[in-house]
Amino acid sequence: MSAPTGTVLSRLPQRIRLNLQAIVGRAYPRVVGANREPSWIFFEAILPLLGIAAYVFIYQALGDRAAAAIVGGMCGDHVCVSATEQAAYLAATKANVNALIGSTVLGGTMIAFWLNVLWSMASQLYWEKEIGNLQLYMMAPMSRMALLGGMALGGMFMTSVRATTTLVTGVLVFSVTLQLTSPALLLAVFFVTLIALYGLGMMLASLYLLWGREAFNLSALLEEPIFFASGFYFPAGGFARAGGLGRAVLTAATAIPATLGLDAMRQIIFPGAWGGTLWIFSPEVELAVLLVLAVVFLFLARRALAYLENLARREGRLTSRHQ
Amino acid sequence: MEYAVETKALTRVFTPRRKILRKKTANGSAEGPVTALDRADLQIRDGELFGLLGPNGAGKTTLIKILCTLLLPTEGQAFVAGFDVTKDPFPIRTRINMVSGGETSGYGLLTTRENIWMFSQFYGVPSKVAKEKIDTLLHTFGLYDKRDVKVRTLSSGQRQKMNMIRGFVTDPSILFLDEPTLGLDVNASRVIRDYVMDWVRKRTGKTVLLTTHYMMEADQMCDRIAIIDHGRILACDTPEALKRRIRKATTFRLEVDTMENTSPFLNIKGVKNLSAKNDIAKNTTNLIFILEDESPVSEILSTVVSHGSKVHHLQKSEPTLEDVFVSMVGRGLE
Repeated sequence: MSAPTGTVLSRLPQRIRLNLQAIVGRAYPRVVGANREPSWIFFEAILPLLGIAAYVFIYQALGDRAAAAIVGGMCGDHVCVSATEQAAYLAATKANVNALIGSTVLGGTMIAFWLNVLWSMASQLYWEKEIGNLQLYMMAPMSRMALLGGMALGGMFMTSVRATTTLVTGVLVFSVTLQLTSPALLLAVFFVTLIALYGLGMMLASLYLLWGREAFNLSALLEEPIFFASGFYFPAGGFARAGGLGRAVLTAATAIPATLGLDAMRQIIFPGAWGGTLWIFSPEVELAVLLVLAVVFLFLARRALAYLENLARREGRLTSRHQ
Repeated sequence: MEYAVETKALTRVFTPRRKILRKKTANGSAEGPVTALDRADLQIRDGELFGLLGPNGAGKTTLIKILCTLLLPTEGQAFVAGFDVTKDPFPIRTRINMVSGGETSGYGLLTTRENIWMFSQFYGVPSKVAKEKIDTLLHTFGLYDKRDVKVRTLSSGQRQKMNMIRGFVTDPSILFLDEPTLGLDVNASRVIRDYVMDWVRKRTGKTVLLTTHYMMEADQMCDRIAIIDHGRILACDTPEALKRRIRKATTFRLEVDTMENTSPFLNIKGVKNLSAKNDIAKNTTNLIFILEDESPVSEILSTVVSHGSKVHHLQKSEPTLEDVFVSMVGRGLE
């Protein structure tokens, strides 16, 4: 039998249009549907503030103790030699505490993205399989990357709305002073971090589907340790001061885009904090590394998805609930 | 001749994963590969409403998955709209759609209209066109008043109608319907059946491959029917021609007190095949006998009595599709 010619959607512009439509289609449930549950304001915007508040109170208490010592005449490890030195120490302490609190609010905000990547990207294809959507997706003519791209874009938008709510509330409630130096660089770092993060999520989505239910345990495992290693509640550069093990943790954590992204954003928003001793690299270098991570993760996501689809068609175990 | 669907010696073997292979079954033997499709040859013509009848595990869904490019054959070939499912899945995907019975696809937070629209976007249907089509189809399926209702609040019948609309909204050339009326009430089933028949008959070049458990549905709807069991196509013809095949045989239906063991009937000379179904509510067993002639009837009745059972009802009938099925497969569908 000879194959017919003149296939529908065979031309490039038609394929591009199809895939753009597919991206919009798949992003839609996340953008519109998810915001139909008003409970998100409490669970995903207000509740994260409690975690942030715990760290903020600790930092404030430490800052108050340091300030009390300075007021008592101690400038670091020596007695203040002048009122000017005392005032400078006090101002620096307040600025550092502000930077710590601000870093915590920013980190707590970025946690929303990491959780979204873990639970709504990485675990998503497995969940889609369970409810019977995956085989309908695999049967459709759209590119599989368009499917993941739609999920990622929808997730980014939805989480950005929630994260912005948390960020604004956190900045107001904890009276954080921002010293934004380069808005353009901040935006670039933020968006490249998101692309790299969601690229990682897209890659994990295929792998999680292969691993099945164990994937959920892996997601749980990747929560607290990553919060710690990526420095969501403190500057991750501090690990470098902790010797060999600290450096090893920091090196491993740089594979998670949130680590360098957070570090770069903190540097841009709180320049000169802690005398610049707790940063990992400069924001420009971190942006370059994030760009590389984004490209690598997207490439690997594409490869993993192609492998997954081939496996699904060969073994017939991945697209149906009961197989 | 160009077929909408053609399979040549199509075979699919499922090999258990290593972990599962290590497990032993109750009798101690290791679970081996399962042949879901066994050298299946099938030709479905353009514009045909084609039925696939078979018991659970016969290979119907496996066949549909291969044709929908979701599964690769182990051996043999399958062509859909002239394209090889193994080598050329993309053009096939632009021309097909599939709806299964009891589907729970979509997102409960979206409305009926939004869910269908989302799936239409994966096929490149222009958004405006999709919305117009969706409204028309919602009217046709009697679901228009549920258009802005969240899907999670729909009943199973309404949800299946929504699934059907999802299948039709992309205007496929070939539609695969895998037990689309499974578990639906009479009205919902009728609406779906009527629309499918209209869709094929009033449009040119539309083909439907339907699998169903309901013999009446297959008889009423399908131009041709293939009977499949253990992965093999046992017969393929029009419902009338299939029935003609056993017209020479005699069909008897008996309703007797519940009988657990019906195997003695198969030892009676002249009994070609038998199907037995227990009716728990009435505490009876319904037996369908395919006989070479009427001579074994007295021995059948004696056997019933000798097993302490009682005959409630005896009827000689014209062969139905179910009789054809029993004659070929050796058991009923349920």
